[in-house]
Amino acid sequence: MADERGRRPAAGSQPAAVALRGVRKNFGSVQAVKDIDLDVSSGEIVAFLGPNGAGKTSTIDIILGLSQPTAGTADVFGMPPRHAITRGLVSAVLQTGGLLKDFTVRETAEYTASLFVRPRPVDEALNRAGITGIADRRVGKCSGGEQQRLRFAMALLPDPELLILDEPTTGMDVEGRRGFWGAIRQDTARGRTVLFATHYLEEADAYADRIILLRHGQIVADGTSSEVKAMAAGRTVRATLPDPDQARLSAIPGADSVEVRGDTVLIHSSDSDAVARYLLTSTPARDLEINTRGLEDAFIALTSDDSDTSAGGSR
Amino acid sequence: MTTQSVPAPAALNREAPSLGGFNVTVLRLEIRRLLRNRRTVIFALIFPVVFFLAFGLNKAYASDRYGHGNVSAYVMIAMALYGAVLATTSGGAMVSIERAAGWSRQLRLTPLSPVAYIVIKMLTAMVLGLASIVAVFAVGGLTGKPSMPMYLWIVSAASVWIGSLVFAAFGLFMGYLLPTENVMQFLGLGLALLAFAGGLFIPLSQFPHILQDIAQWTPLYGLNELVHAPLLGVGVHWTWAVNAVAWLVIFAGGAVWRFRKDTARV
Repeated sequence: MADERGRRPAAGSQPAAVALRGVRKNFGSVQAVKDIDLDVSSGEIVAFLGPNGAGKTSTIDIILGLSQPTAGTADVFGMPPRHAITRGLVSAVLQTGGLLKDFTVRETAEYTASLFVRPRPVDEALNRAGITGIADRRVGKCSGGEQQRLRFAMALLPDPELLILDEPTTGMDVEGRRGFWGAIRQDTARGRTVLFATHYLEEADAYADRIILLRHGQIVADGTSSEVKAMAAGRTVRATLPDPDQARLSAIPGADSVEVRGDTVLIHSSDSDAVARYLLTSTPARDLEINTRGLEDAFIALTSDDSDTSAGGSR
Repeated sequence: MTTQSVPAPAALNREAPSLGGFNVTVLRLEIRRLLRNRRTVIFALIFPVVFFLAFGLNKAYASDRYGHGNVSAYVMIAMALYGAVLATTSGGAMVSIERAAGWSRQLRLTPLSPVAYIVIKMLTAMVLGLASIVAVFAVGGLTGKPSMPMYLWIVSAASVWIGSLVFAAFGLFMGYLLPTENVMQFLGLGLALLAFAGGLFIPLSQFPHILQDIAQWTPLYGLNELVHAPLLGVGVHWTWAVNAVAWLVIFAGGAVWRFRKDTARV
């Protein structure tokens, strides 16, 4: 699933929006990010999907230059992250970035805009974030969702080539979430590269064209939304098979992972029919069962503690 | 990284701002925000004026000659210094509030350089300090009690203003040191004590000798003597200047030290 061919841009058009090489981040003895390699091409909409503590925020902080990797390198458009920020090439909506209560919405945006060389007009950014109506309101009097839209407006001001969103809809209700993503979607129609972190599977599914599954600081799956979904949402074929040969079973077309428990084999597959057909025709397998797991269950299985790291991405 | 040798296309060919992002719009917005903070305005503009009205209008003060002017003028300069010190300290200490709110982290997503940020904070603090001095001097002028030649109004105000730079550095240092939104509640009390020790409220000659000796080491002593020197027509004693410069170095050094720690933290 780590195959990225087909999503690369026309060769040599421009450097990768994000290029991580062997990036590692330790906090004391805790390894938050473990040797991640990643390329994001211009124009991609990429989701970092994973539970809390998977390393999403740590990785994003490194891409933005907010923290230095313990090992490895991070480049944004072929330059160090801080250079990309000062040139307005990358901007972000973070969970941690605070706002000043005694500025108005417009003042906050004006302040931010004044720092960039050629910002978009403040009114345009407020409009695109859908907060023109509250421009003169003090930030301290804005709801969480309104403040998040203000952060989004601020991120639009430099007209960035890459927009990074770290769990942008946390704390919003369904309505607010839908409105926020509506604004983002309108915006990305312009060809901007977007990288967002989320722990909502449906957000990644609905808005990303590439999903990167993170678990314990590692990439466990990387593919298009439908590829990851197929992988995550496949079926499990269970059969009784004396003396199973794991290597041979792993070679069955469509088998994503093979688990052997004595005489019982469990084969996870996005093409369970093919696996079943093979087992029944080419092996002495019997007592065959096919089980479906739900998307959400599959996601939890892929990212939870007790699942085998290699199970998802090895094929 | 086969793409790295390819020259960046026009869309990526953008400039970084000069002066680390420093600009007048930011300064204007910062000052507007500072004046919107009621507590800051009370501390910096109302307190010193009220103190002057309370202590500077004694009938005898207006008739008693003192140096090139009168006692009322002396008190007015002292209160302007007190106000300017409160104002610049509040201005510098704003970094504490901004760090607590996470704004400093938000600014790291912009081209604003840490040094430009500090310069903006210092300038904002100095503008508020100037407002405080102007308020005290304007009210003083309106009461008609303080008397000194016109050039001394200007020279005294200017020396108070320049001197208050020491406390803009103090405010920054404290702002980085104290991780609290209520930093000025501590600093207001501390500054009142320093003002007593510096002789801003009561002449040091009225203190016991041992206290006078200690007071000469405190950070408002040198400034207070320096800003009154033009009015009194006395030469500048080297210990005053050493006191003021030494405290400036200590506060600025402390601010730089904490600031470096802060920006290095990830």
